[in-house]
Formats: sequence, C-alpha cells, structure tokens
Amino acid sequence: MLLIRCPYCEMDRPELEFRYGGEAHVARPLDPMATTDEDWASYLYVRANPRGLHAERWRHIHGCGRFFNALRDTVSDRIMTTYKAGTPRPAATGGGR
Amino acid sequence: MKYSALSVFLQGLKGNRDWPEQWRSPEPKSTYDAIIIGAGGHGLATAYYMAKEHGLTRIAVLEKGWLGGGNPGRNTTIVRSNYLWEESEAIYEHAMKLREGLSHDLNYNVMYSPRGVMMLAHNIHDVQVFKRHVHANRLAGIDNEWLTPEEAKAFCPLLNIEKNIRYPVIGASLQRRGGTARHDAVAWGYARGASRLGVDIIQNCEVKGIRRDATGAVCGVETTKGVIATKRIGVVAAGNTSVVMAMAGVRMPLESYPLQALVSEPVKPMMPCVVMSNTVHAYMSQSDKGELVIGAGTDAYTSYSQTGGLHIARHTLDAICELFPPVRRLRMLRNWGGIVDVTPDRSPIIGKTPVPGLFVNCGWGTGGFKATPGSGHVFAHLVARGEPEAIAAPFTLDRFRTGRLIDEAAAAAVAH
Repeated sequence: MLLIRCPYCEMDRPELEFRYGGEAHVARPLDPMATTDEDWASYLYVRANPRGLHAERWRHIHGCGRFFNALRDTVSDRIMTTYKAGTPRPAATGGGR
Repeated sequence: MKYSALSVFLQGLKGNRDWPEQWRSPEPKSTYDAIIIGAGGHGLATAYYMAKEHGLTRIAVLEKGWLGGGNPGRNTTIVRSNYLWEESEAIYEHAMKLREGLSHDLNYNVMYSPRGVMMLAHNIHDVQVFKRHVHANRLAGIDNEWLTPEEAKAFCPLLNIEKNIRYPVIGASLQRRGGTARHDAVAWGYARGASRLGVDIIQNCEVKGIRRDATGAVCGVETTKGVIATKRIGVVAAGNTSVVMAMAGVRMPLESYPLQALVSEPVKPMMPCVVMSNTVHAYMSQSDKGELVIGAGTDAYTSYSQTGGLHIARHTLDAICELFPPVRRLRMLRNWGGIVDVTPDRSPIIGKTPVPGLFVNCGWGTGGFKATPGSGHVFAHLVARGEPEAIAAPFTLDRFRTGRLIDEAAAAAVAH
C-alpha cells in the first residue's frame, strides 16, 4: 500500500484514503466542434503509460476531498513528490521519499 | 523427438538421460522475414501458426527475459469463452476450439481440463447480467447455463450458500467446457512446436529500438544482441506494449496495471471446478499439485512493479473465506503480480498500426491466457498476410477513433 502525502492536508496518509484519478495534465480540447476524431481519441483513450516517472491525479476522498497530482516511478511505485492541482508538473527529482 | 507412451517407456529404460532439449537456443541471424517481440504464450503461438499455416519459417521470437516468464507464468490458468458480444464470443470460442485439440496438435500435453467455470451472482444486477450472458452465449452456440444456489452447491460442494453472509449466492452461470489448462505447458508446447518448424526463439534479447526506413516502414530492431533486419514486426509484449510501441513513435490506448494471484499450501482435492465472483472480486480453482489457485484484483494505479498492494490480496481473501469457509484454515504459500495491459473497452487490440510493417496484439488485460491459441492463430494471419481475417477484424487499433468499441467490461472478471 502506498503512503501518499496530500499537499492540501500536508500529511502522509495510507492509499486507502485516496482514489486514483489517472494520468494528469490531459487537457480536454477547448473547441469540441473543431477537434478531429484523432484528437478526441487521443484525449479520451490514449495514455502515456510510461515505464518510469508518471504524473497522475489522486483525490483525497476520505480526507479533504480535493484533487492533486503526484509524480510516481511506475517501476518502484515510489512517489517522488505530490503537488496541487493547477500547478505545472515539477522537474523530476531524485530520491523521493 | 515425438512424445508418446513408447518414447516414455524407452527413455525410462535408459534412465531418462537422453531426452533432447524441447527447443533450440540459437544466436540471432542478421535478417528475418518477420520478428515477434515477446515470447509469451501469445507470441509463441503466433510464431507457431505463422510457420505451420503460412509457411513462414525465417521468423524470430525475441524475449527480454526467459520464455514464458511473464504473464504465462503468472496467470490463474482459467479458460472459458462465455463473453457477451459477438466479436468476443467469436475470438474466445475460436481459442477454446483450438485448445480442445491442442495437445494432439502440439504433441504436448497442455492438460486442458474442462472441469467447468461457475460465475456467481450475488445481487439482482448480477442475475440480470449473467442471464443475459447465458442467453447470448447459447444463441452463439456456446454452452452456458443458469443454476440455482442449490444446483451451484451440488456442482461445487465447498461453496457456502447460506443466506446470512455479506454477499449471499443467489444464482450462478456455468460453462461446463470452461476449466483450466496448464499455463506453462501452453507456452512450452508452442515454443517446442515453433522451434521444430524452424522458428528461432531468442531469449535474454531485449529490444531497445525499432528502426524505420525513409518511407516510415519498419526495417529492423535494435536489441541487446545487435541489430536485426526485418520488414515485419509483431509486437506481443503485454504489459510492456506501450513501451515497445513508443520505440516506433506510436502512442497506445493502454494502461498497465499489476494483477495479483496467490496459492495456498497444497491439500487433497477439495475444489472440483473453477468458481469466479466478479462482485466480490475473487476466483478460485485447485491445481493438480493441490494448491488452491486464487485470483485477486488489480491495483488502482498503473504500475510495472510486477507486485501489488497487500490490501488487494487481503480483500480477495475476505471474500474467499466467506464463500469457502474451510479455506480459513489454510495458509497461503505465495503471492505475486503480473503486469496486464488494459484497453478502455476491455477488449484486445489485434491490428495494423500507423507504421507500415508494424503489427500489434495487446490489450488482453486481465484475461489473456484463455485466448492464447486463438490470439496467436489470428495474429499469425495478420502478420503473415498483412490483413486480418474475419475474427480479428473488429479488434482494430482504429476503433478508438471510429468509436466502434467492443465494450466487454461486464464479462471481464476484474479490473473494471
């Protein structure tokens, strides 16, 4: 089980308090009518699914209820950092917690 | 050497010292007509059918680790074909029919045991969904039947059908032809069959890059054993498909999750069939060694760790202990995880890609083992001929653009 730091509550809490929200920074197309089928498919279905660092959304459902993002290594499952929704993806940091 | 009762007898007289290796371990040649990336069950089956039915023998199967060491060695050996949609029924039933004759075809005992797969209904929604499956399957000529709790208990005496448990059993669907097959034997049998037909299976050979020519078509692969030229590549890399396809610049509608399984200490036969429960996330059968083989769910998050959270396995054991009370006295021996590649509609992708010469067979998610023969058979046709045959045709990569999804989430046991 992961130990996840909620950047709003500023506490390390067990994974069971959170819900996974998939890849972060996937932006909905701003103009639906002008968006091609390829771009819709890309937005809806295509995911980076990297073997390595992954920026992903989590929601602290049994805590503050807010969405935030985490940078996690998908090989070791080590969470490098968590950051508030709306802030850009931080540069990869070494070590993690 | 052909395996037979006579060969067992003759080798026995000689102290079993002269059994030949089951497959060759060649060094890679500089060029092949086609390269399959990934020596799991699906990849080996693909190579076997390409050689056997399409006459291609200058084929290599490249494997990063050892043959069958990924998901063929990590699944719970269950086979069935009771899927909902016609497209899925066609491909899983194709696999089922091939498997029924597979031991003879391969001259290798894959230990297919049609002991019955029973899927439990715990609420009204389950009853409606499973009855719909039963009717859809019977219309398609696939055996599936509805059982009352008492009939389910008669088929699997270990089952607890008391009304006072958290999720009481209120019915079940049963596919009698479903059951188990020996997971390793399927991979080994295909490996031996393919090797005998001239296919080079190259283990400990990781693909590091996919080379493309000026037109954009594939022209070779870079591996830890050097560059190998080829005009056709079939990617059958399961959980690592996104990583391999990225080498050719193709982004995939896939996410990779750890899926866990565990086995108990071995006991005498107590479990005559396979029982699955989608609602409480548990399934169980008994291996020939006597271990209870238990399948758990996926973790919530994408991962390549080949392990998983202990709370996932514990959640499954809660359900197992309630459904099969005697299991409470057993100790669990091992648990492990495999990485499964899951598509948005929970159906596989068997198709061409935007890159000429590059084909992909992936997205089997949490239920790939049962499809191994059918998957390899139709993918062999695609890679050999360049066009899919009828069964594989709906499972294109392009369906995520056109919207012709095959939304099979209701039939997959976990991960939805």
